[in-house]
Amino acid sequence: MPEKVTLVVFSGELDKALAAFNIAIGAASMGMEVSMFFTFWGLNIIKKNEGSIKSRGMMRKMLNFMNRGGSKRLPLSKFHMLGLGKWMMGKLMRKVKSPSLKEMMALAKESGVKFIACTTTMGMMGISKEAFIPGVDSFAGVATYLAEAKEGRVNLFI
Amino acid sequence: MKADATLDCIGLYCPMPIYHTANKLKELELGQVLEVLADDEGIKVDAPAWCHATGNELLGIEEEAGSYKVYIKKTK
Repeated sequence: MPEKVTLVVFSGELDKALAAFNIAIGAASMGMEVSMFFTFWGLNIIKKNEGSIKSRGMMRKMLNFMNRGGSKRLPLSKFHMLGLGKWMMGKLMRKVKSPSLKEMMALAKESGVKFIACTTTMGMMGISKEAFIPGVDSFAGVATYLAEAKEGRVNLFI
Repeated sequence: MKADATLDCIGLYCPMPIYHTANKLKELELGQVLEVLADDEGIKVDAPAWCHATGNELLGIEEEAGSYKVYIKKTK
């Protein structure tokens, strides 16, 4: 039985997402079984970049407009500077041949990393399954996370 | 040291060297040796950790002029 790793990805910022995928790819490369649980702002990472998020009610419409998400739209948690900081970080990453977030997400999928989206946040924020990339393996709640984390050797909250 | 295959990870940072190492080793037969070329200093500590965790044998790391040659024998 391979050892399990679970990552709760709560944050929706680019830098934190990169760290999460770095660990996920590393763990998969070490023969470990990895599950990433995306919840709250972390759901922004696995939203499609195209189209708009359709939801009902004024508050949800406003939230989904301001919190559009998608791997291309994530801000930095520090020095974002209206996108200037993010642009510079991108340049630095390319300079050292670091894969982009999009590439890391693809590598994670190729390595068999499971993506799980939190249905509670989806319900609360009014986000439907159609808003997410096809790479999402399942839509579930805390029991799924705990059932896996209980068996996990490494469990992180990012 | 003699190797059956070489993997060039020069210029790559974590986690790419171990990602490529894991994939490359899948192509090798048991007992064959993979040579990994890298220049990120982290490889000196990461390669032994990776080998320990995956059950493969680290034969040695040669260092010259800021780059590293890591020799891994596929034992698993």
